[in-house]
Amino acid sequence: MRDKKLKNYEDLKSLHKEIDEEKSKVKSRVLVCMTGCRAKGAEELARTFREKLDVPGMEEIEVVDVGCHGQCSRAPLIMIEPEELLYGDVKPKDVDEIIKETLINGRVIPRLCAEVEGRAAAKAPDIPFYSGQERDVLKNCGRIDPQKIEDAVAAGSYDAAAKALTTLSPEDVITIVKDSGLRGRGGAGFPTGLKWGFAQQAAGNEKYLICNADEGDPGAFMDRALLEGTPHQVIEGMLIAAYAIGANNGFIYVRAEYPIAVEHVTMALEQAREYGLLGNNILNSGFDFDIQLRKGAGAFVCGEETALIASLEGKRGMPRPRPPFPANAGFRGKPTNINNVETLANIPLIIEEGSEAFHAKGNEGGRGTKIFALAGKVKETGLVEVPMGTTLRQIVFDVGGGVPDGHTFKAAQIGGPSGGCVPAQHLDLPLDYESVKEVGAIMGSGGLVVMDDRTCMVDVARFFLEFTQKESCGKCVPCRVGTRQLADILNKICDGKGEPKDLKKLESLAKEVKAGSLCGLGQTAPNPVLTTLEFFRDEYEAHINEKRCPAGVCKELISFSITVDDCIGCGLCKKACPVDAITGDSKQPHFIDPDACIKCGACHEVCPTNAVVIS
Amino acid sequence: MKSGTVKEDPGVNLARGILEKHQLMLEKPAVGRDLEKSQELLIPLLQDIQDAYGYLPPPVLEWVSKKTGIPISRMYGVITFYSQFYLEPKGKHTIRCCQGTACHVKGSQAIGEAIEEYLGVKDGDTTDDMQFTFESVQCLGTCFLAPVIMIDNDYYGEMTQGKVKKVLERYSKS
Ligand SMILES: Cc1cc2nc3c(=O)[nH]c(=O)nc-3n(C[C@H](O)[C@H](O)[C@H](O)COP(=O)(O)O)c2cc1C
Ligand code: FES
Repeated sequence: MRDKKLKNYEDLKSLHKEIDEEKSKVKSRVLVCMTGCRAKGAEELARTFREKLDVPGMEEIEVVDVGCHGQCSRAPLIMIEPEELLYGDVKPKDVDEIIKETLINGRVIPRLCAEVEGRAAAKAPDIPFYSGQERDVLKNCGRIDPQKIEDAVAAGSYDAAAKALTTLSPEDVITIVKDSGLRGRGGAGFPTGLKWGFAQQAAGNEKYLICNADEGDPGAFMDRALLEGTPHQVIEGMLIAAYAIGANNGFIYVRAEYPIAVEHVTMALEQAREYGLLGNNILNSGFDFDIQLRKGAGAFVCGEETALIASLEGKRGMPRPRPPFPANAGFRGKPTNINNVETLANIPLIIEEGSEAFHAKGNEGGRGTKIFALAGKVKETGLVEVPMGTTLRQIVFDVGGGVPDGHTFKAAQIGGPSGGCVPAQHLDLPLDYESVKEVGAIMGSGGLVVMDDRTCMVDVARFFLEFTQKESCGKCVPCRVGTRQLADILNKICDGKGEPKDLKKLESLAKEVKAGSLCGLGQTAPNPVLTTLEFFRDEYEAHINEKRCPAGVCKELISFSITVDDCIGCGLCKKACPVDAITGDSKQPHFIDPDACIKCGACHEVCPTNAVVIS
Repeated sequence: MKSGTVKEDPGVNLARGILEKHQLMLEKPAVGRDLEKSQELLIPLLQDIQDAYGYLPPPVLEWVSKKTGIPISRMYGVITFYSQFYLEPKGKHTIRCCQGTACHVKGSQAIGEAIEEYLGVKDGDTTDDMQFTFESVQCLGTCFLAPVIMIDNDYYGEMTQGKVKKVLERYSKS
């Protein structure tokens, strides 16, 4: 085998050509998502395709494991190239038909297509979920094999890095990034070029670059998708960043709960080294850079930059006051630049297409695109990439298809535990860093959880406070004690023991925790309380004054009963009840004993006629 | 990732190999700047030990501390800070029930309760027969499947109280 090492930019170009020639021999490709869709049987599906295509005459059809296609609600999802047909909910039993009808005869199978206004839509531009998006950063996600650097190179990966390292100075790179208007996608939205400039200017030769892949915000999975689907894009972004600031060593700090991301990144790093895209004198530029992967060990606060650095140093992951900022004193006390995965994945794009093209997208409150992880009570869940400033309505209704099962939109939670709940009256809010702040939320990492009329907003606030309270590292008092107090009051209200004065208490305490906490965790922890108090005060009041949970969620405030007229006496509820609280003879109406009922909802879930009602 | 299985050998042979891999099998325990460098590797080291033994056996930790010079107090400080380190053996299967935001609004609390009831253990505990360890986690990154549970490395999505019991029954038999 010849040495794979690329010695210069020319080598990379000829490799690109070579791979293109190799690829032109392939007639069709079946792209199977092997990340999120694994949870819905993608592995067996791909295996079936491979087995059935392993026969003479089928050599020109390739089955490729790829990253996320985005529309996770139709998992497992496959794409067939070159036609770019998207088939969803594909089962191994569909494989024969797909091979015969589509791959051989070139016919579309309507049954496997998305349904749009009663018609089958096979291609992305005809499917509202995709047509409402602009997939720049995710362009290659789902289109290339993340386990093969050759696929990434064929899609243009490392071109931007080669260009930067061999034709631009570090200052040039920083200027381009500054001009692009890119702001950090990890939460705070700090201008990336400016931050790089600080690290570059900092004294000393020993500098570090860290990729923050801790993605702790529950409900966010875009970083996971990028690491799993296009790891080389992130590595390339790191390479360019490292060159700009003058760092020779980098780390990727990945969350422990992401085994596939760890697997793909490990593989990608090895391949990049093999091709000389990491290591010494990269592409004969005189620049050395290598990256180590570190796994987190389960602590949300380690997403905060100073805590992450402490964790990398093998310590308890506790934040420390800033300044000094990591740009001056970070890992090992040396200048360190830390960026989020999505931020770094944007870099190759900016270098490739120029700062103007990037700046042209978005608005004053943010440039370029943002990837949102759409989940919760919405028809289409998955990854959504839209220009900054796209409205919440466009994302939830045009792309996401709205709230399912005839229910109504109540709020969207954005920014995770640090964010807030944006109510229906603000559906036309443009989602960018500045506009989002005006309603008391933050952009955060881009988790977007939709809530409907069955979601209790007091319970949501309680949920987040329990979360931050559990994850508080305990170093500063306002956060450690304050979040506990807030959670206690919210628990009290949800249990029906709230008093009118609790709302005032919540408000003043929330403000104190915000003002007095050491790091972003405590400073933003009260946001879910404050935003729900502002927009859903009536729900708090119903809990306190009427001892009623309007959404039918808070256990202490609801009761279950069976409507006699609707009950068909099937006995399913009786069987499902874990505490034998339901009585009734076969084919006769059943009854729930309210004293024995533990309000688990099992009967409600199994009843075929919706006879079990919550009041 | 964690295998979840408990290996019998509580001895230090596995740990010796791990120290060698990290170049921490030293002649003499490190001090000063060298010790700081060793300490930087503490988390990967503990992760490898946990992968090999299924948990972090205290006698092994003590041996590692003596060999490397990393104070045992420092080790425990780190171990108790992070939720993914275990000082006790875990069950054959690890069941993780997501309690993240997307799962919460889709009723994950009831799923967690159904698991606790089925197994007869609370969050964080292991069944007496060492078959199952149950823990609640925050977001498995598969919110489109909410509510989700993960058993070992497999995901089960769109859970209901009924479905979750059926899934657990399958694992109880194996
Ligand atoms: C409690 C807390 C958790 C955080 N979690 C993350 C995270 O999971 N991922 C991330 O990229 N940034 C996270 N951040 C933000 C980082 O501190 C930091 O601002 C970010 O990594 C900088 O990268 P950027 O400029 O590219 O956004 C968190 C901040 C706080 C206060
Ligand atoms: S919230 Fe449960 S998987 Fe994300």
